Amino acid sequence: MTATFKLLRSSPFSARLGMAMVLITLLAAIFAPVVAPYGETEVAGDVWLPASADHWVGTDNLGRDLFSRLVYGARNTIAIAFLITALSFIVGTMWGFLAATVGGWMDQLLSRIVDILMAFPTLIFALMVLSVVGTSIPALVVVIALLDSTRVYRLSRAVAMDIEVMEFVEAARLRGEGLWWLMRHEILPNAMPPLVAEFGLRFCFVFLFIAALSFLGLGIQPPTADWGSMVRENSGAITFGIFTPLWPAGAIAFLTVGVNLVVDWFLHIASGLED
Amino acid sequence: MELLKFNGITALVLKRVGLGLVTLWVISLLIFVGVEALPGDLAEAVLGQSATPETVAAFRKELKLDMPPHVRYFAWLGAFVKGDFGNSLANQRPVVDLISWRFANSLFLAGVTAMIAVPVAVLLGILAALYRNTLFDRLISMATLSTISFPEFFVAYILIALLSVQVVIFPSISNINEQMSFWQKLYAICLPCLTLAMVVTAHMMRQTRAAIINILSSPFIEMANLKGLRKLRVVVLHAFPNALSPVINVIALNLAYLVVGVVIVEVVFVYPGLGQLLVDSVSKRDIPVVQASGLIFAGTYVMLNLLADVLSIVSNPRLRNPR
Repeated sequence: MTATFKLLRSSPFSARLGMAMVLITLLAAIFAPVVAPYGETEVAGDVWLPASADHWVGTDNLGRDLFSRLVYGARNTIAIAFLITALSFIVGTMWGFLAATVGGWMDQLLSRIVDILMAFPTLIFALMVLSVVGTSIPALVVVIALLDSTRVYRLSRAVAMDIEVMEFVEAARLRGEGLWWLMRHEILPNAMPPLVAEFGLRFCFVFLFIAALSFLGLGIQPPTADWGSMVRENSGAITFGIFTPLWPAGAIAFLTVGVNLVVDWFLHIASGLED
Repeated sequence: MELLKFNGITALVLKRVGLGLVTLWVISLLIFVGVEALPGDLAEAVLGQSATPETVAAFRKELKLDMPPHVRYFAWLGAFVKGDFGNSLANQRPVVDLISWRFANSLFLAGVTAMIAVPVAVLLGILAALYRNTLFDRLISMATLSTISFPEFFVAYILIALLSVQVVIFPSISNINEQMSFWQKLYAICLPCLTLAMVVTAHMMRQTRAAIINILSSPFIEMANLKGLRKLRVVVLHAFPNALSPVINVIALNLAYLVVGVVIVEVVFVYPGLGQLLVDSVSKRDIPVVQASGLIFAGTYVMLNLLADVLSIVSNPRLRNPR
């Protein structure tokens, strides 16, 4: 615990700023019903009202309170992006470690499949799959998690390759430990630091990706509050000089910048560089 | 193996081109199988539950679903190579008519963006690397890091808010058509072009900076500096030939990114491009159009990646003299 505190106290300003940004968003997401003055889909006034004491950042295209929508949107968008990133890490690290520990044909087969999947632009692939299976939240989660797991596979395979040749893995092998034990108890703990930093980067990527899909109308469907689709719903306002769509778009940028700042610091520590 | 001994570069290039072609083929297979693997029947899925058995049968015939899969795959691929992409399900028009002019529009947008972004990004990247850790470098790094963190549509709407609403300079909707002159078209695409250029420049500049710094820190540059050569000579004769390969790679990879990046920007600015068509067709579940435009996007992307690798093999000084 003290080590964590020490690390936090030595953190540079940019990392602290990033942590504060992420924390604010997370708190808003967790305590959404307490923070939001109105309901998620409650019509609370006229359409596209300007900011006032009743509506802190105005109302949206259907007269719903934009601030409440933003807060609930944080909840939905972050939860889904987190779920996808976690799933892609479970899938990606499993296969990556497997490729590194088994090696040989298993490595060849998995790596060639991943090569081909990565040669395909992610957005186009996702659009094509969604056109076939239709847009639903389970479909989104599975499709994006699988596409994203290819990147996790690459990293975890490379990291595990370095660990796999160490003496303690050899010792465990000679002891007769099984494949699962090797992956779980020898490789995973040693692969943690780069994987944690990657988790942050992947989260940003997935989060932006979901936002982009929702913005295109193919992600999370209304009336569920979600930052990407809120930009889409209110996009018409901008030509009248009403800046409503900039709020959810700015919220997306706010969280990504925050996470990136923290990850930057983390990468700096993980790489062992002294300023 | 005999070839490899004969000439290193040719063999490497041939290998890479072969791999690219295999990738393209697998992608075409994936696109086909993706539709094939649909749970249930495509006809019922698209037509919905209220469809009568007769319409389902007619639809199956239209899509040639009554034939075995491998026959359909080769028929589809053969027709595709000949430029016949079938008919749109939404309005029965030939897909090729829908796609060709939109693809040309998308290429126009991407091309103009590349013309602006590539020189700016490479120049800024080199400058930031040469003057690294100065105020100039830090400012540029901050600006690019935030641009990368922003979603494309955020950049786009900020530009609209600033340059089309607050100060009315550019149109916020980039509708172009055949009757417009080249300059009119160019004016119409100013904002989407600027949006894309900003995002691509940020990525490209960061990678160029990293590549150049990597080279400037290698022992042979230190050697050249220690010999007391002039800075210009070190940069032009020693660093540049070695930097060429990574920089060309960075440019080609970002052009590939650009081709896909147009999708969102086209939707924001209602630009009649292939990306807009793809998104519309996905929501209408117009499978033939989705297949064709997806294959074109993926093909362009793979080709540019291939080009990146081939160019970096050819321009790598270490591979110039086969062992």
